Amino acid sequence: MTINEIQDELIADFAFFEDWMAKYEYIIQLGKELEPMDEVYRIDDLLIKGCQSRVWLHADYDGDRVVFTADSDAIITKGLVSLMVKVLSGQTAADIVKADLYFIDAIGLKEHLSPTRANGLVAMVKQIKLYAMTLAAR
Amino acid sequence: MTHYDINSIRADFPILKTKVNGHPLIYLDNGATTQKPSVVIDAISDYYTQINSNVHRGVHQLSQLATDAYEVTRRKVATLIHAAYEHEIILTNGTTHGINLVSTCFGKKFIHAGDEIIITAMEHHSNIVPWQILCEERQAVLKVVPINDCGELDLDVYRSFLNERVKMVAITYVSNTLGTLNPIKEIVALAHQYDAAVLVDAAQAIQHIPIDVQALDVDFLAFSGHKMYGPTGVGVLYGKEKWLDQMPPYQGGGDMIKEVTFEKTTYNVLPFKFEAGTPNIEAGICLGTAIDYITTVGLTNIAQYETELLKYATAQLADIDELRFIGTASEKCSVISFLLNGAHPYDVGVILDKLGIAVRTGHHCTQPLMDRFGIPGTVRASLAMYNTKEDMDALVAAVKRAAHMLL
Repeated sequence: MTINEIQDELIADFAFFEDWMAKYEYIIQLGKELEPMDEVYRIDDLLIKGCQSRVWLHADYDGDRVVFTADSDAIITKGLVSLMVKVLSGQTAADIVKADLYFIDAIGLKEHLSPTRANGLVAMVKQIKLYAMTLAAR
Repeated sequence: MTHYDINSIRADFPILKTKVNGHPLIYLDNGATTQKPSVVIDAISDYYTQINSNVHRGVHQLSQLATDAYEVTRRKVATLIHAAYEHEIILTNGTTHGINLVSTCFGKKFIHAGDEIIITAMEHHSNIVPWQILCEERQAVLKVVPINDCGELDLDVYRSFLNERVKMVAITYVSNTLGTLNPIKEIVALAHQYDAAVLVDAAQAIQHIPIDVQALDVDFLAFSGHKMYGPTGVGVLYGKEKWLDQMPPYQGGGDMIKEVTFEKTTYNVLPFKFEAGTPNIEAGICLGTAIDYITTVGLTNIAQYETELLKYATAQLADIDELRFIGTASEKCSVISFLLNGAHPYDVGVILDKLGIAVRTGHHCTQPLMDRFGIPGTVRASLAMYNTKEDMDALVAAVKRAAHMLL
């Protein structure tokens, strides 16, 4: 699936939720279900500092594709990290670099991606694009 | 207690009628900043519509009016904290500015290699970093008084730290993270036995309890306007005349000089020596309005009301099994910090926000304190004069809901 196909699918999934509680319960669920990151990657070198919650991000290159694994110490952030991984991991570097992540706004979570939100998500997206750019430049 | 008319107080704060995420706003982030009463908001507008002008300079009518209004605030501050002289009141842009002024100017004059400065484990970064910078510059030694698991100072260790090399004790009156109310009078008396000066960070105290700088005998006291129902960008540094007179100026510029030639500049008298440049005039004037408001309600009344509220909320929250308080000192003021076992404070904060409750989450600019407790941060509810038991009930219900969702 392309990045936009996955985004559209997520938007459709989230359309079922009637209130914020249900939506956040789902995000928390996603956070709990996210494949635990290998402890060797939960290191300071891979830490994206967000002041409050912390995000760890690891990238592997598979041909022209970038595979991400990520984790956070806060469960809501982890759920959002999980959504990012769903959308971007395994995509080509070129697609990641030019990706417009419109789903966050569409599912009503824009505030979490505001640059002033101290949760590390904005920095995570930046870092993902940086990894992709590095690969694309090779 | 005299009649505390909470409804009429709440009616004075227009923002309290706001809705957040579909819920009535419950504002419990007062430690970060307080809301402003209409009189303060109106005073800001009045200043710009009626007397806007630069202070301490012009002979024209508006400048006189603005200067008079600005100086009235200085008088009100002096009365509020019982300073001996008005010229001991320096108007700053906030607590951080005041502490940095003292660390820089007191430091230049009085701190030498081998001297010691005492702070405590519960200080805000604003009362840590300026002293660290000074100690590095002057090869002085920074000593940190530890706390117990309740968040109370270890006074035995403090006593053992005191000696003739100690030149400054810098301590918070009320911990912004734990709510601990420190025994300032005792701490000052002990420091003075060794002729050490004491600076008190009163940013979390001035809006909650009556303060008498002469009774406490503190040498310096710093606080911010915006945490005491006044505007942002103005604060106060109180300093005893005997220290301020000996200290060199902080910044050079307009207003702080007596005479300038290219060969030699002589400095203005107190307090202007420490007030270089055009100040935040509007904020300074309206801080006076905020002080009037606080004084009318009465700090003794406020303290009594808030203490009851704090006790009420603490008792309700204690019923939540998964909740752990951070900061359980016997003397507390305004602040309730807690964690839900296994939940990150950020997650709790997001859910409370969805329910219209504004709290602070994170390390509260006290990272060494978080390390002391081995935690990433806390959820902090901090009270003000306009909060109610209903606010506390809503907080408790929201925390229960967060626990249900997250754990």
